Amino acid sequence: MNRFELVQTGASAPGGEPTTQKNVSHRGEPANPSAEALQSKFGASIRRVEVIWGETVVYVDAAAVHNVIQWLKDDPSQRYDFLSDVTAVEYRDADAPIEVVWHLRSLPFRRFLRVKSQLPKGKPLEIDSVYDVYRAADWLERECYDMFGIRFRGHPDLRRILMWESYREGYPLRKDFPLRGRFSRSEQLRQALAQNPEARYSMEELSIADAFAELPQEMRDRLGKGERTGE
Amino acid sequence: MAKRTVEVELSTTGLDAQGRPQRVPILTDDGGGGLALQAPPGIEPDLEGEHMLINLGPQHPATHGVLRLVLELDGETVVRCIPHIGYLHCGFEKIGEYRQYNQIICWTDREDYLNSIGNNVAFSLGAERLFGIEITERCKVLRVIASELSRIMSHLVWLGTFCIDIGAFTPFLWAFQRREEIYRLLEKWVGARLTTTATRVGGMAADIPSGWMDGLRQFIRTFPHTLDEIDRVLTKNAIWVGRTVGLGVMTPEEAINWGLSGPMLRASGVDYDVRKDFPYLDYETYDFEVPVGTNGDVYDRYLVRFEELRQSIRILQQAAERLPDGPVNIDDPRIILPPKSKATSEMESMIHHFKVVMEGPRPPIGESYFAVESPKGEKGYYMVSDGTAKPVRWRIRPPSFVNLAAIPKMVEGHLLSDVIAINASIDIVMGEIDR
Repeated sequence: MNRFELVQTGASAPGGEPTTQKNVSHRGEPANPSAEALQSKFGASIRRVEVIWGETVVYVDAAAVHNVIQWLKDDPSQRYDFLSDVTAVEYRDADAPIEVVWHLRSLPFRRFLRVKSQLPKGKPLEIDSVYDVYRAADWLERECYDMFGIRFRGHPDLRRILMWESYREGYPLRKDFPLRGRFSRSEQLRQALAQNPEARYSMEELSIADAFAELPQEMRDRLGKGERTGE
Repeated sequence: MAKRTVEVELSTTGLDAQGRPQRVPILTDDGGGGLALQAPPGIEPDLEGEHMLINLGPQHPATHGVLRLVLELDGETVVRCIPHIGYLHCGFEKIGEYRQYNQIICWTDREDYLNSIGNNVAFSLGAERLFGIEITERCKVLRVIASELSRIMSHLVWLGTFCIDIGAFTPFLWAFQRREEIYRLLEKWVGARLTTTATRVGGMAADIPSGWMDGLRQFIRTFPHTLDEIDRVLTKNAIWVGRTVGLGVMTPEEAINWGLSGPMLRASGVDYDVRKDFPYLDYETYDFEVPVGTNGDVYDRYLVRFEELRQSIRILQQAAERLPDGPVNIDDPRIILPPKSKATSEMESMIHHFKVVMEGPRPPIGESYFAVESPKGEKGYYMVSDGTAKPVRWRIRPPSFVNLAAIPKMVEGHLLSDVIAINASIDIVMGEIDR
């Protein structure tokens, strides 16, 4: 039943044997070749390129970010096929824009690239979803929406993931959100206990919830009050 | 000894000429070219077409924590699966923005709590890139030992609970017995078993005590026997194979696109291992191989993780041989605490001690994403610094969060009992998923 093999990975990729990075300087390391390719392909949409601790950061116009990531994935000379992470950064400086960050890996070329896009404060925080490019973006974008309130246009199921759906205190990782939450501990506990997530999700999401209208009135009333089914 | 008999009542309609329970065809020809449902006498007909909702979890021993799966069933077949997470959300990333870098290390214990010392190592490596520090050679080897011990611990818990989920109890006991030995080793080293907080930015909390390597060598020598035993019991066991082969298949393209990493990705045949492809801690100088599956099903994930246990032992062997003498911590009083004897006797060391404790080490403005191969997959720590002692943003890239996102794809079309096997094969830790 030996259906698997032992391999030495990393050896087949171009660019020689990978090694542990040593003595990387803060700035001024050579940039990832993809940065130059992006600049020649997308021109002014690429705002600037930085290299910090050997990691290339490409700042992209918010409007172009979907095209850029799609191209990075599809172009045979780039092939960034693995989306490591989608997240956002809000700085302590209240005027600094919120940054959405994509960490991309090219498994064939063994490259790592950070794509960033800045969303200025005071405007709706909206950016295109890369769900159609990478399915990995599904939960990562939902988490980013849950924690920062950034809306990913085109995500088919953008709702809260870690906090419950009716959470009304705001977006926890925003800098204007106090560490202990907006309400007192007892009020937060009361709100959390008043949630009945099991009744909420099961009736609204699943296809048999379509049959909700056909349920007897008395059962609909009970479900409407948040009571659980089957009790 | 008197012979004992047990009477059982079989709910069949009777015995045939050979004495076997009689089989009644459930579907019969309806005469018009189709098949009609025919209930055998005494057995109620199937209810057809009515879907059923099953709420698996959040309190269920087989969901490995507070995971809730809402399953829509057609008979026993899963039509739709909607996972709900967040029951264990603690806001680690928010808390990290109010803590110094060394103070965050104890939070990393608590997210993937089966791999706590591995997380400590990963976080410190990320912070050291942000600080621009090169750690000492001895520290590197100690961290390799810590990471691989941690991988073995995590895989042993996975193996034990996976066995329990599928119905085998004995390997669970064997696995947990050996895991206990590693916990004893860790306790001798850092004083804690689960919440280790073993590293510091620029070094380790403590060097290994004298005689510790003997304990490690004994573990390296005896552990493969346990592996062989478990291997003999499980790998070619007909029940085990029957319960795991062909379940939850992910093709290589799907696995990459869904962002799977670690053993989940490698079981699908993609040879991506962070230790090999983006090495850290001089992993490129260790001689080990990466197991890669072919079918991407639950059985291949089992085989891949099982072989990783053997490869970790190989790495531990080499690390134990090459462990150099020398200092563990870097020599930089701005980052590392001075020895206690100096802090209480020298003015300068006392000032350094005070500044490191009260103000905390400050990295330059910048950011770093450091990924390691955790037992669950690619675990990344992304840190952004604005030059103060506390990060602007501390982000965990949780591998089992991304791996779990693929569970609807993997379970749909399988039986309800297979959901348990598939869920166990993902190797989730809810502490890491909810953070």
